[in-house]
Amino acid sequence: MPKLLKNKLIVDDSWQILPKDYDGAIPSEFCFVPLNYWQENKSALSEIENIGVWLDSDDEPDQLAGDYQTLHHLALNFPTFMDGRGFSTARLIRERYHFSGELRAIGHFIPDQLFYLSRCGFDAFRLAGEQFTPNPVLENQSYEDFLNAFSVSYQACANDEQPLFRRRQR
Amino acid sequence: MYIYDQHDKTLINERVAQYRRQTADYLAGKIPDEAFLPLRLQNGLYVQRLAPMLRINIPYGMVSSTQLRALADITRKYDKGYAHFTTRQNIQLNWPRLEEVPDILAELATIEMHGIQSSGNCIRNVTSDEFAGINSDEVEDPRPWCEIIRQWSTLHPEFAFLPRKFKIAVTGAESDRAAIRVHDIGLQALKNDKGEVGFKVFVGGGLGRSPAIGVAIKDFLPAQHLLTYLEAILRIYNRYGRRDNKYKARIKILVKAWTPDVFAEKVEQEWQHQVNSPSTLTDQAIARAKSFFSTPDYEQVDIAAVEATLKNLADEKIAFHKWRTRNVVAHKTPGYCAVYLSLKPTGVAPGDVTDSQLEAIADLAEAYSFAEVRVTHHQNLVLGDVKLNDLPELWQKTKQLGFATPSIGTLTDMICCPGGDFCSLANAKSIPVAEAIQRRFDDIDYLYDLGSIELNISGCMNACGHHHVGNIGILGVDKKGEEYYQIQLGGTASSEASLGTVLGPSFYAHEVPDVLEKILQIYVERRIEGETFLDTQRRIGTAPFKEFIYAEAA
Repeated sequence: MPKLLKNKLIVDDSWQILPKDYDGAIPSEFCFVPLNYWQENKSALSEIENIGVWLDSDDEPDQLAGDYQTLHHLALNFPTFMDGRGFSTARLIRERYHFSGELRAIGHFIPDQLFYLSRCGFDAFRLAGEQFTPNPVLENQSYEDFLNAFSVSYQACANDEQPLFRRRQR
Repeated sequence: MYIYDQHDKTLINERVAQYRRQTADYLAGKIPDEAFLPLRLQNGLYVQRLAPMLRINIPYGMVSSTQLRALADITRKYDKGYAHFTTRQNIQLNWPRLEEVPDILAELATIEMHGIQSSGNCIRNVTSDEFAGINSDEVEDPRPWCEIIRQWSTLHPEFAFLPRKFKIAVTGAESDRAAIRVHDIGLQALKNDKGEVGFKVFVGGGLGRSPAIGVAIKDFLPAQHLLTYLEAILRIYNRYGRRDNKYKARIKILVKAWTPDVFAEKVEQEWQHQVNSPSTLTDQAIARAKSFFSTPDYEQVDIAAVEATLKNLADEKIAFHKWRTRNVVAHKTPGYCAVYLSLKPTGVAPGDVTDSQLEAIADLAEAYSFAEVRVTHHQNLVLGDVKLNDLPELWQKTKQLGFATPSIGTLTDMICCPGGDFCSLANAKSIPVAEAIQRRFDDIDYLYDLGSIELNISGCMNACGHHHVGNIGILGVDKKGEEYYQIQLGGTASSEASLGTVLGPSFYAHEVPDVLEKILQIYVERRIEGETFLDTQRRIGTAPFKEFIYAEAA
């Protein structure tokens, strides 16, 4: 079972991620449904506890504009770790749409991206990419070290509204 | 120059520690090649044809004598005792060992230097005008703004995995020496009627396979909005730039596909969401950045007396006259000047320097120019604040050291990429072609008669040698395993930027000097008094050159 990193803990990730072309029955709980399935079945899905929506890297976050206050779980997919669109999408979801639920990174990100991902607003990470199975990098490193690779950042971001130049003395 | 505080120091030290761990994990087989690739690139490490290459940032081209000495030491300790200044004001080591790079970066950190984002698909080192702060045509010193951009772009979490590399250049002068219109973003600092600073913003310029001149999308961006506006451009690019084909992934392709008007509108909409957010610059932040670029303690100079002395020397020694004419540039402060140190002596790859030369440059900077040196995108160096009284002594010393080649701005002061001798991307060699041209055109009086000509040579269409914007551009191409050279005319990266047009079928390397001679012959025959090569070429077009050169073959 894939692992989930959340709140500094690694737990089994029991959530299912339904494929993009899923058109089957309304699922039971602990499922991320693709965007189009959500849009077609929103009213039925809204009744279920613990249903989330996942967006692919080319999905527009404004497609969920009316849903950010009702949803509690969102996931963004990284088709490859070099596809950086999710970093921008995450900031939009946090900073523009003020989504306060769980924002989960899924797909092929790598451990050395955890710091940037968390700065952009992700707070949960499905550790399923090649480098997390069987976790070779992590023998000597805790996830904590990856998440906190830097103690200083110049820019404002989803996790820090104030850029360094507003915090600097002098 | 900018001086690191504890925040900057902490960040750079944590970066070294991170890369040390990444390198160790990679060497232990815990990070696969494809995942290590962007990690090493974003610390400056390429793997080239013969060895790794480490690109070290020189932010907006300003380097101190202390840094030069440390760089000299590093080339001795970790490399073969030389380094290479690039067309983007950076410096490269050609032979570092991958496993020693963390140690090199740790040494660089002690002198406030690094290779962060000097390659990879991210925001690269911001470049600027080599005469920033000292030229009389300057409206605003670009360096504080460059430093603000440097900090904002460094480890920006949103923009580390862009579709492709991203380059920003800033000028604050009327004549553009930073080639801002061939950058992904070009910023021209200017002042409005009220004397407030703002930026004219150009996007979508670039060289490479699909060269393009940047277009203005904002005529006056008030300076405090600089970062939010840049962030809006980058976000639009990150989200909508093509990722399916690396040759169509630069922002210029997106700007062209959408049209500049649509692109500008998208940026404007995005920016409106961010305008006046906390990333809006404060007066305090701007003042802090400016405080690092204050005027040095210039001395009073008896200009009449010193000019008389210099005139006598020039009358007596024609070599001094030539050097002063070509390699010394006016300064906004009376009694001072800027002096080029030429890195283009015949027989040396343009931009290459040895360890002892780096130390000699540091000595010169300390003795004559407030211990600072500027790197130019033409791969020369500039001592920015030289007292006129020091010129005779400085001339003697630069002559002995080999930096006095009085060819600045002429045909043989060419831009040239490392080419097929070093680079794994190159289709053809470029350095031997440059050398053959320097040997052919070694008559300095003939060069002076030709006047200012930009000759740029690239070993492949990635265009590191900026061939599209050379008045004469030479591009190495590979046809069935043989190296040929295509020639273009009419490019320039200066204020009235334009791309060159291809002359015709390409030539063998050994034919290039002859072809150049013919091109110059047409220019000399057809020029009107006072016209530069580019003026004449623009007036008469490419056709007369083409007819003359290809006449025999037809």
